[in-house]
Amino acid sequence: MTTVQERSPMPQERESNPALGSPERPIGFGRIQRKEDPRFIRGKGHYIDDIVLPGMLHGAILRSPMAHARIVSIDTTEALAHPKVHAVITGKDLEGLNLAWAPTLSADVQAVLATDKVRFQGQEVAFVVADDRYAARDALELIDVEYEELPVVIDARRALDPGAPVIRDDKEGQTDNHIFDWEAGDKAETDAVFARADVVVSQEVVYPRVHPAPMETCGAVADYDPIDGKLTLYETTQAPHAHRTLYAMVAGIPEQKIRVIAGDIGGGFGNKVGIYPGYICAVVGSIVTGKPVKWVEDRSENLMSTSFARDYIMQGEIAATKDGTILAVRTHVLADHGAFNATAQPTKFPAGFFSIFTGSYDLQAAHCSVTGVYTNKAPGGVAYACSFRVTEAVYLVERMVDVLAQKLGMDPAELRLKNFIKPEQFPYKNKTGWEYDSGDYEPALRMCMEQIGYDELRREQAEKRARGELMGIGVSFFTETVGAGPRKHMDIVGLGMNDGAEVRVHPTGKAVVRISVQTQGQGHETTFAQIVGEELGIPTEDIEVVHGDTDQTPFGLGTYGSRSTPVSGAAVALAARKVRDKAKAIAAAMLETRPEDLDWEKGRFFVTGDPSAAKTIQEVALGAHGTVALPEGIDGNLDAEVTYDPPNLTFPFGAYICVVDVDAGTGKVKVRRFVAVDDCGTRINPMIVEGQIHGGLADGVGMALMEFIGFDEQGNCLGGSFMDYLIPTAMEVPDWETGYTVTPSPHHPIGAKGIGESATVGSPPAVVNAVVDALAPFGVTHMDMPCTPARVWEAMQGRATPPI
Amino acid sequence: MQVTMTVNGTEVTRDVEPRLLLVHFLRETLGLTGTHWGCDTSNCGTCVVLVDGEPVKSCTALAAMTAGHEVRTVEGMAQNGTLDPVQQGFMEEHGLQCGFCTPGMMLTARALLDRNPDPDETEIREAISGQICRCTGYATIVRSIRWAAAHPAAAATDQEVPA
Repeated sequence: MTTVQERSPMPQERESNPALGSPERPIGFGRIQRKEDPRFIRGKGHYIDDIVLPGMLHGAILRSPMAHARIVSIDTTEALAHPKVHAVITGKDLEGLNLAWAPTLSADVQAVLATDKVRFQGQEVAFVVADDRYAARDALELIDVEYEELPVVIDARRALDPGAPVIRDDKEGQTDNHIFDWEAGDKAETDAVFARADVVVSQEVVYPRVHPAPMETCGAVADYDPIDGKLTLYETTQAPHAHRTLYAMVAGIPEQKIRVIAGDIGGGFGNKVGIYPGYICAVVGSIVTGKPVKWVEDRSENLMSTSFARDYIMQGEIAATKDGTILAVRTHVLADHGAFNATAQPTKFPAGFFSIFTGSYDLQAAHCSVTGVYTNKAPGGVAYACSFRVTEAVYLVERMVDVLAQKLGMDPAELRLKNFIKPEQFPYKNKTGWEYDSGDYEPALRMCMEQIGYDELRREQAEKRARGELMGIGVSFFTETVGAGPRKHMDIVGLGMNDGAEVRVHPTGKAVVRISVQTQGQGHETTFAQIVGEELGIPTEDIEVVHGDTDQTPFGLGTYGSRSTPVSGAAVALAARKVRDKAKAIAAAMLETRPEDLDWEKGRFFVTGDPSAAKTIQEVALGAHGTVALPEGIDGNLDAEVTYDPPNLTFPFGAYICVVDVDAGTGKVKVRRFVAVDDCGTRINPMIVEGQIHGGLADGVGMALMEFIGFDEQGNCLGGSFMDYLIPTAMEVPDWETGYTVTPSPHHPIGAKGIGESATVGSPPAVVNAVVDALAPFGVTHMDMPCTPARVWEAMQGRATPPI
Repeated sequence: MQVTMTVNGTEVTRDVEPRLLLVHFLRETLGLTGTHWGCDTSNCGTCVVLVDGEPVKSCTALAAMTAGHEVRTVEGMAQNGTLDPVQQGFMEEHGLQCGFCTPGMMLTARALLDRNPDPDETEIREAISGQICRCTGYATIVRSIRWAAAHPAAAATDQEVPA
């Protein structure tokens, strides 16, 4: 099942069939340059802040300086008197429109502009519309808000204490800060396995709050036309269609009158899934002023108020035999969702896909329970390339396996190899209800170990330890579950997680493919053209990919959770196959034969046994739109549309090994090497796949060593700028070394599994495991992220503490 | 106040507020939206332009401070219809994904190659260390700049690369 080489056509094959393309410019799958690059390298992208409409005004948001306070009064008189100000909107104004509160993606409500209280620092309080962005900011200073400060809840561990201030007293019947309890797996069975295990290790593992922080912040330009009642909304969104539907539901504007346009998105990583108050304010601003209104947040607003990620406090336990057979895992998680439950994830999964915390191992039992709580922190929770909380799950199990290895005195790579699900066990049903589609784990880990020179590194480490030098080797192995998802199990606010695609081949044989998913840099314009090219033999440059405009594309749920290729890619492949089936009937008519007498090779049909009697796809396209007498039931075009409902999710996996050196004098961690072996099934464009992996690896190093959204006791956000929220530069990351295996998904039309989040999910435990391994001489068995010099130093002194 | 500067080889004079940042002058007054804005605190470098050939974070400079100087933005990288080797290198080596940090990265690379035509990996990483990319993990950016160093005169004409 596993191969390590992608097959490339032989020269003679290419000669006989031009539709295979050249080695430099393959048609279909292969390494080709991206179609979107020419505009970006010229500075000709169209990001949100590049949009300028005639008469456009600028909005700015006044935000709460406090984490929890009652609003006594808001005086906007002076701001309204500013000569360049057109409108000042408060929560009271929105109440009149029934828009002061908006539904979240998790069956909660969120304040658009605060009316009664502010519940986190940075919460939206008022919206100013002015001639230009400078004037709008000036006017914020002129709004006078009187607050009555309230006690805050910042530590999720204190959120359910009796007497803790109730944050959501707006919700009828809410008397504490509890949101939900959720569990998966069989508790009794798991407890029984734990009771008879030789070895049980327990560890609290914290995945601290971090932020996706795309380089482009969030923003919108709203343009409401009062004459025809049409709203055109340019937005930084990863899910244009879902947003349109939700605006229709919330604002009462009929769905056909709303057009959501997502131009070029300067990175998303989950940050641009949700609907933020600023977007709604821009819409209201446009309705109120009768002019287009632009709102673009600044970096502090982005870090302090938009979708954060993680914030999971996990009590992990792992049970094993003396010889290192892992039997079971269990955990209880305290999930900090901030002031509003606004996570973006499938309805039935309040903790996302966290229950895949059983990892890549063949276990007898598993159980997890998750309790969600409100705190006086920004809402969000599912973001930063986390694959719906698979990130937290993988981090927990991969950290726990290392804790167990240390306890047993076993090599962490050997312990993993011993416990992997075996290739013949796939499709594999895990103990929390997932069915892993395909996998072949051992070759991936062995390849990774060989590529990094694992045994040699262990020898080097032993020598260095003898000299008092700190070097660590961290292993992680992940299995993701991505490509949500089957509509019978998965929806977001009632919308089934399916995606549509439409392929049209024009008379000249050029094609357009319209997709519902939204690139934020992943290269959809290239990848989806390659899928059509692979299926139809049409050169990639002859295929235009249309996306990011709800008026021009079929409905679908958008790009997050690594779902573009697993869901939309399948839709595109199947639509192209429908086109091919139709083309076959038309080719048969053109060749005056029966369809069953035709064979297909990339780009053309030919009569079985007579390759010279052939019609290329381009010839068929002209025939379809021309005067060929069409067979019964075939209409005169070469178009097809598919909405894809995946039968299951896909399960990419990978083996990562990280080598760190720790400065014993300062606690500074240097990532010396990082080898990543990924298996995402079929690789459509290896260059793009590698790029996705590289980016995720940098994320992992960032989270493990630097990135952290902390708070002080008053609820002040301590990570509210790039001076405080530290992101790796080129100096903090190594030159990535990669390898791959290919284990196609058996249920996906082209066998692809998705790659967008694999490295972000898989790399943090590799880095932290390496740091802990380096600190083993100090008796360290665990430390929480971020492994900053100060925190590493504390760990070396035996004072490792969770981050606050 | 009135400011006069040279932008991509053309002298421009505009009336501006004294507090107007260079990044907004370029983007909004002149409409050169290839220069991006990302953080306000001089940390991310997506706003980098060249002032008299040196990389400058345009979110931390006033338009007024640039009066009398020569500014070069991404729109001025291609010369006489020929792409800069750095621009071609970024396409060849997949040095960009979302494209947001790319103009700043490319201009810093241009300035580096102008003073050091054959930089090694460490020199390249140091040169771009004032800039953040969230997509690429930097390795392909380093390779892109190495590509440009290895192909100083190999750039395609602007017309040869599909726009």
